[in-house]
Amino acid sequence: MDLQTTIYLVVGASFALYIGIAIWARAGTTSEFYVAGGGVSPRLNGMATAADWMSAASFISMAGLISNMGYGGGLFLMGWTGGYVLLATLLAPYLRKFGKFTVPQFIGDRYYSKSAATVAVLCLLVASLTYIIGQMTGVGVAFSRFLGVTKETGVYVGMAVVFTYAVFGGMKGITYTQVAQYIVLIFAYTIPAIFISMQLTGNPIPQLGLGSSLTGQDVSLLAKLDQVVTDLGFGKYTTSTAGSTLNMFVYTFSLMIGTAGLPHVIMRFFTVPTVAAARSSAGWALVFIAILYTTAPAVAAMAKTNLIRTITPGVVMENTDVYAKDVAIEYEQRPDWMKRWEMTGLLKFEDKNGDGRIQYYNDKTTNEAAKAKMDEAGWKGNELTVNADIIVLANPEIALLPNWVIALVAAGGLAAALSTAAGLLLAISSAISHDLVKGIFIPGISEKGELMAGKVAMACSILVAGYLGLNPPGFAAGTVALAFGIAASSLFPAIMMGIFSKKMNKEGAIAGMLSGLFVTLFYVFAHKGIFFIKGTEYLDTIGGANSFFGITPEAFGGVGAMINFFVAFLVDKVTKEPPEHIQHLVENVRTPRGSKAVDGAHA
Amino acid sequence: MEKSGEAYWKATLGLLTKILAVWFLVSFGAGILFADLLNNIYLGGYPLGFWFAQQGSMYIFVALIFVYAKKMGEIDRKFDVHE
Repeated sequence: MDLQTTIYLVVGASFALYIGIAIWARAGTTSEFYVAGGGVSPRLNGMATAADWMSAASFISMAGLISNMGYGGGLFLMGWTGGYVLLATLLAPYLRKFGKFTVPQFIGDRYYSKSAATVAVLCLLVASLTYIIGQMTGVGVAFSRFLGVTKETGVYVGMAVVFTYAVFGGMKGITYTQVAQYIVLIFAYTIPAIFISMQLTGNPIPQLGLGSSLTGQDVSLLAKLDQVVTDLGFGKYTTSTAGSTLNMFVYTFSLMIGTAGLPHVIMRFFTVPTVAAARSSAGWALVFIAILYTTAPAVAAMAKTNLIRTITPGVVMENTDVYAKDVAIEYEQRPDWMKRWEMTGLLKFEDKNGDGRIQYYNDKTTNEAAKAKMDEAGWKGNELTVNADIIVLANPEIALLPNWVIALVAAGGLAAALSTAAGLLLAISSAISHDLVKGIFIPGISEKGELMAGKVAMACSILVAGYLGLNPPGFAAGTVALAFGIAASSLFPAIMMGIFSKKMNKEGAIAGMLSGLFVTLFYVFAHKGIFFIKGTEYLDTIGGANSFFGITPEAFGGVGAMINFFVAFLVDKVTKEPPEHIQHLVENVRTPRGSKAVDGAHA
Repeated sequence: MEKSGEAYWKATLGLLTKILAVWFLVSFGAGILFADLLNNIYLGGYPLGFWFAQQGSMYIFVALIFVYAKKMGEIDRKFDVHE
């Protein structure tokens, strides 16, 4: 059976599985399945949360970026897992005790103000919409390869599928469907990694393989990779930091608190049965997330190794000189996977020195020794452009794994992208229809009208995200990182202060959220264009790229959060303290007892 | 809040401080600030700083949450505020 047919079959079978489970689950007791975690063990609930959380950014994009960044890529790994520690210790149990269903509801009640709730809705919308742009980028990549079309057509197809999927919606709330999605995506991610780890190191566990020696050699995979990429003019794999140590620090911080501040993640913990369950659910979710996240660095380093092995055979496994005349493969002899990805426009070759061979290296290197050898070898510039977002999907093809593995990865990528995109769209539609339209503007709206408002909001979000996804502000994971920065700078401080400070008042919270959001957006838009529209960047105004201590826009959410805390603190000091009943409310939220009762008893 | 309530909150914050200190040390400390220094030590084929940034911190995060959940359960029962 040819590859394309196998892909259709496996992807089709995975969708049939999700729909089948949805139908089977509905036939049982319906109501149970709509409350995530109701009567489901914390382990299954953790699995479902993991599926909800791991998106196209985690599955499709992240390892590709780590592959290019090396050590510095660890910021995604630490940032997107470390946030769960904050979530479990600072927010989840208290929000569960509070007993509301959305983040704007919590902000509105805790800060006794509809304006605060409206500002929270605004922050939520900006963060979620940015997140979806990143998803659409990833979905576009997956569909372009899957259907053999250009990236643009891939995005259009993705928009249509995501819309259908999100409107079909009921699937979202069903824990068992998400459990199935988790299983598909985790097998899709780990199976090729196991194969590749075996091939390269003989160790079937990728987490250990990454720290092992290459098959038949005395040198470790990482040491060899360090040497080869340095020869090719790239930074040393195990030490290349992301910009600067300061930038990596702030970037990691931004992703961590962004994780804890993203509404669609927090929402999962509102509905667990008890406060104690909220604490341990976060742990189980992280267990299942960590299975993918600890595999990702192995996928990244091994994909880089295999890419170099493909283009310059013998360099990694047989110590062939990388600058030797005939070592790079001829373009006409390139493997089939390269031809397939060329169709999407995400992999490009340009024969700059006219030798008919592929030179893949960093032509902007500052390594003089390497540069001299490159010039001597007659290289006239890098000839192969590989989009970072294709690395994970192409990885099994690069390693020449069986067709069913390649097909499984396609199914996993789509499961990851669709489940998260649908979750985000539901968060947006509930924020607009429930928190904004019904809660603030038209309290008397009919249920039908509310549902309609939600659907319109979803459709608009997909159109906007799809349009911006055609010319994305960065790779999928980079765009998603911007969304985390926005959540970090606006929502996280307000929620945290709402629990840990009895005296924080509405004026402080509102001023904090607005200043954090606007400062962050100002810096991000300067680099990426106003509302991410190409051509509207204003870098001169802020004094050039990364002008704030070399901090990149993706990392700036960490700075925005500090501004948020600071402004909130100052404004709180000069305005009057919150009413007595709010201070009691905060005391009550801090103890678990009474979490089931509407009006909890005091300690 | 009554006296026991205050003591409960104090115990909670004490545990929180310890957990977040470890959280900070393994990621921002070992994984970023001291990574270069730790890279002189090897764990198998892994330079140690690189290992903390791309493997170790994540294993420790998982353990931290379960330790936190267990200890909080003990504190809840001690102050009789459990569900």
